Amino acid sequence: MSNILEIKDLSVSYGGIKAVKGISFEVPKGEVVTLIGANGAGKSSTLRSIVGLVKPSGGSILLNGEEMAQKTPEQIVAKGITLVPEGRRVFADLTVLENLKVGAYLRKDDLSEDLAWCYDLFPRLKERHWQLAGTLSGGEQQMLAIARALMSRPEIIMMDEPSLGLAPIVVQGVFEIIRELNRQGKTILLVEQNANMALRTAHHAYVMEVGSITMTGTGKELSEDEAVKAAYLGKARN
Amino acid sequence: MKKTRDVVISVVLIAALLGVLRYMELHISPQSQWAMLLTVLKKGSIYALVAVSMNLLNGFTGLFSLGQAGFMMIGAYTYGILTIPVAQRANVYMYYQGGIVQFALPSILGIVLGGIAAAAFAFLIGIPVLRLKSDYLAIATLGFAEIMKVVFMWDSLGPLTNGSNMLREYPTFKTILYPFIVSGICIAIIVMLINSTYGRAFKAIRDDEIAAEAMGINLAHHKRIAFTVSSFFAGISGALLAMYQTNVQAKSYNSAMTYEILLIVVIGGIGSITGSVISSFLFIACSEWVLRFLDETHRIGEFTVPLMRSGFRKVVFSIIIMVIVLFFRQGIMGTREFSISGIINRLTGKSKKSKGGDSNA
Repeated sequence: MSNILEIKDLSVSYGGIKAVKGISFEVPKGEVVTLIGANGAGKSSTLRSIVGLVKPSGGSILLNGEEMAQKTPEQIVAKGITLVPEGRRVFADLTVLENLKVGAYLRKDDLSEDLAWCYDLFPRLKERHWQLAGTLSGGEQQMLAIARALMSRPEIIMMDEPSLGLAPIVVQGVFEIIRELNRQGKTILLVEQNANMALRTAHHAYVMEVGSITMTGTGKELSEDEAVKAAYLGKARN
Repeated sequence: MKKTRDVVISVVLIAALLGVLRYMELHISPQSQWAMLLTVLKKGSIYALVAVSMNLLNGFTGLFSLGQAGFMMIGAYTYGILTIPVAQRANVYMYYQGGIVQFALPSILGIVLGGIAAAAFAFLIGIPVLRLKSDYLAIATLGFAEIMKVVFMWDSLGPLTNGSNMLREYPTFKTILYPFIVSGICIAIIVMLINSTYGRAFKAIRDDEIAAEAMGINLAHHKRIAFTVSSFFAGISGALLAMYQTNVQAKSYNSAMTYEILLIVVIGGIGSITGSVISSFLFIACSEWVLRFLDETHRIGEFTVPLMRSGFRKVVFSIIIMVIVLFFRQGIMGTREFSISGIINRLTGKSKKSKGGDSNA
């Protein structure tokens, strides 16, 4: 199967501090790939550098073989990478509908088909399309953040901690959406601290520790690995 | 169907408004106590434009800029310099041998060029300044406005700007309809911009810069557009103010003027166009007319009312500002908009939320 995204020797530094130290991984088309790891392992920095919010200090990011590493977020989003940022970050004073339209900002074509599709995935958003995004509940905001990212018709959707700060039942719903998107053929790169859920959902998984990838395997393999169990699954049981 | 209804209603209301204004202008004699109303309406319409232009930046794009008076000054000077009739130039530029500009443009062209000059300055200033955030941006733009003021009074530029002397004798408007129509058109353009894709991007940047950037919105580009467009309309309102005041002097475009505009925006509601328009008229009415009595000495029999003397109005204003900032941070309108169709819908009992057009231009 072909890889949509290939990361080679990527490193990210903030001043003198190296947050990501030359990691490599790939995301095959139509799969869910997850990066798990503790706080400060460099997972979010990896995603932010892929979408161009931080300039990587080294390495390459290939989307369908095309180099993205020194491009601006505008160019990268236009090429088909999109990020659901950590903490949702919906536009609080815009309506749900306006949020979705901003998600499709770089597209000039007709949005009605995509809107209908998003509303189909998230019926709650349809009911509330006139409501200001800031007045939605945490779970609804997360749905909106995902839907907003989908509106750009991405080749690959990256999600940064979509379960953060949500009640367990809502987390279930978020992962159900991720699986549903995958069933519809979407490629997803997922960063999670909720390793249990992430490993159950992902085809491939990578474990990150202090800026490096220390373990890799299928989701199933890693979830049965003793070291991973001890470090990440022991306390993260739902 | 509903759209046509709204358009018809808006056109009728605008025509009625202009008719009423014209009627008042023809029938209120300059000696009557209502003459002040005309002054308030003229100045209010000009301030409405600059307040809306400031709101575009501060309220809709989230850029806290305090350069508005500076851009108004550039617009006012450009207008004055380009439109003074050639015959009057020797008289106006008496200390500079008639100045170096020896032609005069039609007044409407002068207004547009005033806006373009302000926009050009804003574009250049924006390159370094828009890298700054929040308070730092405010300090930099305020500093810029003060620097421009001094530059325009610089003696070496005298042949162009008449140094620290005032520009005058340029064409002014003869009817109250003029500032209303120009401001109305400009505000309508700003409203269209805000309701466009660009406007949505501005609001997205205001709400969350990082998320906006992650959606592929080019922050620098959009901030520059907002800054330049806002300054363009500030320049136009500067030109209108020059016409209204019949003379231009750099000294009067000071930071106090920027604060007045900021106050209008805050009172009206940061992020509400109609709020800015309403509060412009309220503010000008209060400062020019209704609260004037505070500056006069009043006697009741032998008793002199304490505190009431020249300058007391400013004290009252300061207190109003404090009360608003402390207790009514939303201002009159918050981020809502006043719309005729909204009112009609409410009256006819339709509960469907309608964004409505701004027919209050």
